[in-house]
Amino acid sequence: MKKLTTLLAVAALATGVATAASAADWGKGSTVRIATEGAYAPWNYTDSSGNLVGFEVDLYQDLCRRMEVECTLQQQAWEGIIPALQAGKYDAIIAGMSITEKRMEVITFSRSYAATPAVFVVKSDGPFAGFSAGIDSVSMADIDDAEKAAIAKVKEAFAGKTIGVQIATTHENFLNEFIAGDVTVKTYDTQENLDLDLQAGRVDAALAAMSYWKPLLENDGGKGLEMVGPGFTGGPFGNGVGAGIRKEDQALADMFSTAIGEAIADGTLSKLAIEHFGFDASAKE
Amino acid sequence: MTTLFDHPDNTWELIANGLPWTLSLAGGSLALGFFLAIGLALVRLSPFRPLQWVAYAYVYLFRSTPLLVQIFLIYYGLGQFEAVQKSFMWPFLREAHWCAVLALTLNTTAYTSEIIRGGLLAVPWGQVEAAKACGMGMGLRFRRVVFPQAIRQALPAYGNEIVLMVKSTSLVSTITILDMTLIARKETSATFSIEPLFIAAVFYLVINFLATRAVMWLEYRMSPDLREARTGKTLPDQDVVRAH
Repeated sequence: MKKLTTLLAVAALATGVATAASAADWGKGSTVRIATEGAYAPWNYTDSSGNLVGFEVDLYQDLCRRMEVECTLQQQAWEGIIPALQAGKYDAIIAGMSITEKRMEVITFSRSYAATPAVFVVKSDGPFAGFSAGIDSVSMADIDDAEKAAIAKVKEAFAGKTIGVQIATTHENFLNEFIAGDVTVKTYDTQENLDLDLQAGRVDAALAAMSYWKPLLENDGGKGLEMVGPGFTGGPFGNGVGAGIRKEDQALADMFSTAIGEAIADGTLSKLAIEHFGFDASAKE
Repeated sequence: MTTLFDHPDNTWELIANGLPWTLSLAGGSLALGFFLAIGLALVRLSPFRPLQWVAYAYVYLFRSTPLLVQIFLIYYGLGQFEAVQKSFMWPFLREAHWCAVLALTLNTTAYTSEIIRGGLLAVPWGQVEAAKACGMGMGLRFRRVVFPQAIRQALPAYGNEIVLMVKSTSLVSTITILDMTLIARKETSATFSIEPLFIAAVFYLVINFLATRAVMWLEYRMSPDLREARTGKTLPDQDVVRAH
């Protein structure tokens, strides 16, 4: 039965996929179609007049200049962003996507251009204000005893409560793997909808990247919210954020990596990061 | 919500776990909406102009705006007002599933009331007069003569509404309810394959197949006068038709 449904699926998509199969010759003068989500400030978002703006919008322009290619930017909903890349709708994803092993099974990535820990945010007038798990950072790649205790403490504190997270993110994977059980995990299609529910009190906490929270908490949208607990990195959160590219386009990924390396070396990347995040979330040499 | 499979070991079982949501949301809102729609249709047909206008405004509002927008306004919109958060309604409006039931019910009430209104207007006036001549009061006339025929005539259109509502429940996946659509969307994004969406589509096909069969059966049961009698003899009024 599973084979049958796969067959049906393949048949229906055949026309769309057929155009995507062959790898292009990437080099100077190529046209690179880039997709972003446009709902994850300050990484990438839509301003009040409908233009895509943010850290990654400035970044891709800089990288394209360095690679000497023509770039176009399009918006794509987060959930379908990898399937549409594979279907050939565009050539690269620059959308705050963490480089994880799971994603590496289906696509490839450029080197990382930013890295930022995951942090919980709660209402500052609620019961979890000032919550601490005892330590400031948890590295999920190799968990020591203190870190294990911190995770257990988070799990215990939120037992019977609801934590919100954006669908299909490394944060959702982390919650399902390490926190879910007594804690209810609620998934949202965009981070912006999650923020509304956090403000409305429908979720007791929300988990997302610190680079997302920090600017939000500094303006009106984050009024009455605060970051609590440790910052989580590594493991399910992956190895930083990179540009997602089809496996057969390794040449394009290499071009991006080189350009990112240059942007790190001449300080452009950290300048852009400080400008958008308020702190240096850029990847280092 | 009940979980059909505690440890689903394939995509079919995983998506089947969303089935209770789809069925209860469609069933619940259709049932509530049906009774509200009868009331609304009667208000619409009442002799009082202001009441007619109110009913028409309601129908116009809910038929002419997208259901997705209504769901978002009720769930995310209302939750933004502190007055709502402090009101006695908040324990209900806080929960995504009550917001979903509310939005779906308000929507189906508008459509169904128009369907029922059509059915009521299609009952021949002569029958109402005949019932009056027999001395039937307004209540009895409605119960025995007008309503049964109105429902029968409205049934095909109502069957359509049932199918639409089953499909509309998929929109609640946008407000965090783990129905079949959201489970399929999650699986699709986790596996980068569109197979889960195909499986969800098959579930909707089966539900709607059963729903349409049920409506057809009901239609058959409610229309004995339109069939030839089992005895092979024709019914009296059919005799009349044939005699002419």
